[in-house]
Amino acid sequence: MRATVAALLRKELALELRTRESVPAMVLFTVTTYVIFHFGLDRNSVEGDLAAGVLWVTLLFAAILGINRLFVADHEQGGFDGFLLAPVDRTAMLVAKAVALLAFLCLVELVAVPAFALLLLGPSLGQALPELLVVLLAADVGIAVVGTLVAALAIQTRARDLMVPLLALPLLVPVVLGASQASAPLLEGAGAAALPGDWLSLLALYDLLFALIAYAVFDFLLED
Amino acid sequence: MTIVYGKGLKALSIATVVTLLTAFTLVLTYAPVDADQGVIQKIFYVHVPLAIVALGGFIAGGVMAIMYLRTRERRWDMRSYVTIHLSIVLAVGVLITGSIWARASWGHWFVWDEPMLVVFLIVFLLYATYQPLRFSIEDPDKQARYASVFAITAGAFVPLCFGAVRMAEQVTHPQAATMTTSGPGSVTVTFLVALSAMTLLFITLCKYEMASKNVTATVRRLRRRLAGDDDQLSATGRSAAPQL
Repeated sequence: MRATVAALLRKELALELRTRESVPAMVLFTVTTYVIFHFGLDRNSVEGDLAAGVLWVTLLFAAILGINRLFVADHEQGGFDGFLLAPVDRTAMLVAKAVALLAFLCLVELVAVPAFALLLLGPSLGQALPELLVVLLAADVGIAVVGTLVAALAIQTRARDLMVPLLALPLLVPVVLGASQASAPLLEGAGAAALPGDWLSLLALYDLLFALIAYAVFDFLLED
Repeated sequence: MTIVYGKGLKALSIATVVTLLTAFTLVLTYAPVDADQGVIQKIFYVHVPLAIVALGGFIAGGVMAIMYLRTRERRWDMRSYVTIHLSIVLAVGVLITGSIWARASWGHWFVWDEPMLVVFLIVFLLYATYQPLRFSIEDPDKQARYASVFAITAGAFVPLCFGAVRMAEQVTHPQAATMTTSGPGSVTVTFLVALSAMTLLFITLCKYEMASKNVTATVRRLRRRLAGDDDQLSATGRSAAPQL
């Protein structure tokens, strides 16, 4: 199992490294969205819950781009067939794809969060950064798990690009809620307040439950 | 071979109509008029049973989807489809009656700081993609399998969301439980009758839709046999509903 996941993950990362299909587009999208928010809200800087909202809506929509592309290569170039022919546990695909998506999201945030701090965020990020990283990680795990499940669901449909956001956005509402509630006090203009623990535990609970659900149903999506 | 579809539908329909009429009579005559909200509060006896039955239907659809994935029998997919389909219809009713009630007692059609309303809207939006998802998968087996995976995931999402809301938020929504236990006995009785009437209505509608789908499929099969066409899957056309 571990060797399979490692092999699949290597394949994912090598593919992204060579084609550079998802991550650069997602990064560009986040920065462009900040510009859109600047004009849409007509503000030079944001703080508090507005900042958290802008950050999380941007990251969520960028994640949708990555989720859309997640299984395209496997679908179009016979990756599914090759994987199904191999005598390996199918859950390995779920784990590898989710970890790959998580890695993509982390890479995107490596640029997106500093860019946010630079372009839009009023208060400095400095002291709240470790706590914000915890929130980012907890939310990313949820987005990665649900995203992988939704991507695998949508890949076989004809209107794939339409199905992904329609399915993923309602399912990810709790993540956006938890993440923006948890990060709003960290981005407060009057100085970062304490990290609200109950929202963080909501995120963790969501991650755990959806990981279990995805583990239970994923095999049925890879059957032909 | 004669198969009778919709066995016992007549008795069930009569029972449903009688219970519904009893419920409405009780609501109009027996249940007390709320001291704060006046007559409009009586929409509670429609809104809350509708919501409970719709959410129960969503969860039941998920359970039936599990049964489909276990047994791979088409009729479980059909049951899951019909249950979710009708729950979506009821959910529209919940949103409309909820809006009317909210307008009358809080002054706004939709209230964002009301977690129950918001969660119900999210659940409704999620299930609104069920039909498009089915419709965009052509292969019937794949359609059934993917729809089942969706139904299970979404079915688990429903209690998760409502549980989270109950835990996390200060509850200002009129709760069925508190309203029925703290109020006079007539409220409890009326509510229970209304709830069972709505449940019966839901089951009856499910049975009708299932019988209709079965009959349509049989007629199509017989027609095809008459025409000498043995190919089971030809000329059915694309559909969001499961093919039997």
